[in-house]
Amino acid sequence: MSQAVLANERPFGWTQRLICLYGIVWREGLRFLHQRERFISALVRPMVWLFIFAAGFRQTLGVSIMPPYDTYVLYEVYITPGLIAMIQLFNGMQSSLSMVYDREVGSMRMLLVSPAPRWFLLTSKLIAGVAVSILQVYAFLVVAYFWEIEPPTWWGYLTILPALALSGLMLGALGMLLSSVIKQLENFAGVMNFVIFPMFFASSALYPLWRVQQGSPWLATVCRLNPFTYSVELIRFAFYQQVDWLSLAVVLGCTVAFLGGAIIAYDPARGMLMRRGG
Amino acid sequence: MTTVVEATAKATVSALSVENVSHAYGARIALDEVSFDVAPSSFTVLLGLNGAGKSTLFSVITHLYVSRSGVVRIFGHDVARESGAALAALGVVFQQRTLDPDLSVAQNLAYHGALHGLGRRETRARGAIQLTRVGLADRTKDKVRFLSGGQMRRVEIARALLHRPRMLLLDEPTAGLDIKARAGILEVVRGLVADEGIGVLWATHLVDEIRDEDHVVVLHKSRVLADGPSRSIISAAGARSIGEAFTSLTGGGEGGEG
Repeated sequence: MSQAVLANERPFGWTQRLICLYGIVWREGLRFLHQRERFISALVRPMVWLFIFAAGFRQTLGVSIMPPYDTYVLYEVYITPGLIAMIQLFNGMQSSLSMVYDREVGSMRMLLVSPAPRWFLLTSKLIAGVAVSILQVYAFLVVAYFWEIEPPTWWGYLTILPALALSGLMLGALGMLLSSVIKQLENFAGVMNFVIFPMFFASSALYPLWRVQQGSPWLATVCRLNPFTYSVELIRFAFYQQVDWLSLAVVLGCTVAFLGGAIIAYDPARGMLMRRGG
Repeated sequence: MTTVVEATAKATVSALSVENVSHAYGARIALDEVSFDVAPSSFTVLLGLNGAGKSTLFSVITHLYVSRSGVVRIFGHDVARESGAALAALGVVFQQRTLDPDLSVAQNLAYHGALHGLGRRETRARGAIQLTRVGLADRTKDKVRFLSGGQMRRVEIARALLHRPRMLLLDEPTAGLDIKARAGILEVVRGLVADEGIGVLWATHLVDEIRDEDHVVVLHKSRVLADGPSRSIISAAGARSIGEAFTSLTGGGEGGEG
């Protein structure tokens, strides 16, 4: 940034950037409060899985003792971390689509004319989306609590928080990267079919990997290559006050890669935007 | 190519200077060696039909992306290299509506203030001044959804002025507005030029928004066909009005629709 700023211009320092970050998160929160349908559907979707799907499969799918569980657990307990990650996956994809949409209606452009550096604006936008997804997850955990799904101790509600932040960042960054590649907002169905469903089903969200391995070794391999699996496992262990180091490493690595990709894609000089005039 | 050069405006640093800007999407050329200046305290009209290259030019000026060649400067700051300083001096009103309809006028302004690093209290104080200027001081608490199209535009202008830019860019700001609302918007923006010394670039395809004393840049098929005071362009083209001049410059009867 130039040092030769004119008298009535203030350089955009870290105080200004903090104000900027705060403003972006605040707006996302306000929009979230105003979009009740979005909140309700974010809450109802995992509840359908929990109350209907999991209840139906309770007898069919017994889950044997495996870390982090030290007893047999009900299927509902097993899939809860997967449903939490699903909330974040949907939220990440929805905010990515809203970025495509925003870009068309112009509020993305409004964001990008801020004097703050582009990477900072994109990261702030990402953090705002993650904050909203964490609110949604805790709302779901309240419901789950009344369905008798709870961590071994209350600390689990605290130790899950960093895992949620990290997994939210990874999924949000993936969405942001997709938003720079998706040319037009057709509908949500394409993203559902080609991103959300494959990621969700080919993961450890609904079934433990060792059981997948028994049934279909190639699917187990796909699951192991799917970053979403590691989101789920990170959350599963964190809820039980444990750290799954492999998942932590994979989620961290993917977050850096996806966010880096998104920043390059949105870079004014190199990005996808200039090639097609978005 | 008929270029009418205004020599006097070169003395001071331009509010906006576009120098030899070219851009292409693949093989399709969107901007071909486009150059012009907007002087401080001037009302400059960028006149062109849809598809002339205005959108690409606005994307380059607002740093959405960098053009393949050429330089854009805002008060001497290169948009590509010193984008922070350049964007701090620039206010933008986009053609699309960019207000959050579910949020109040004040909340929309607060968001924009934050994006420019302004604190809450300062944003509120400046917002009150700008909303008074556009005649909407009594609508601060209202949801944007309940405003008319013209009122939304005026809020967007107030918002664009919050960080006290000295260059204001407006992309077809009167699109979709009725005659009365259009006149209101024009009056507000012309007032900014006269009272505050702001440089304005006003993109439009409507020739009736142009006055004789305005500076006009005619952009057609990616190129600048004319650049100068409206009356000079009219006389150079041997026409009676800027509309006629535009038609004869662009060589067709397709000018000024809508």
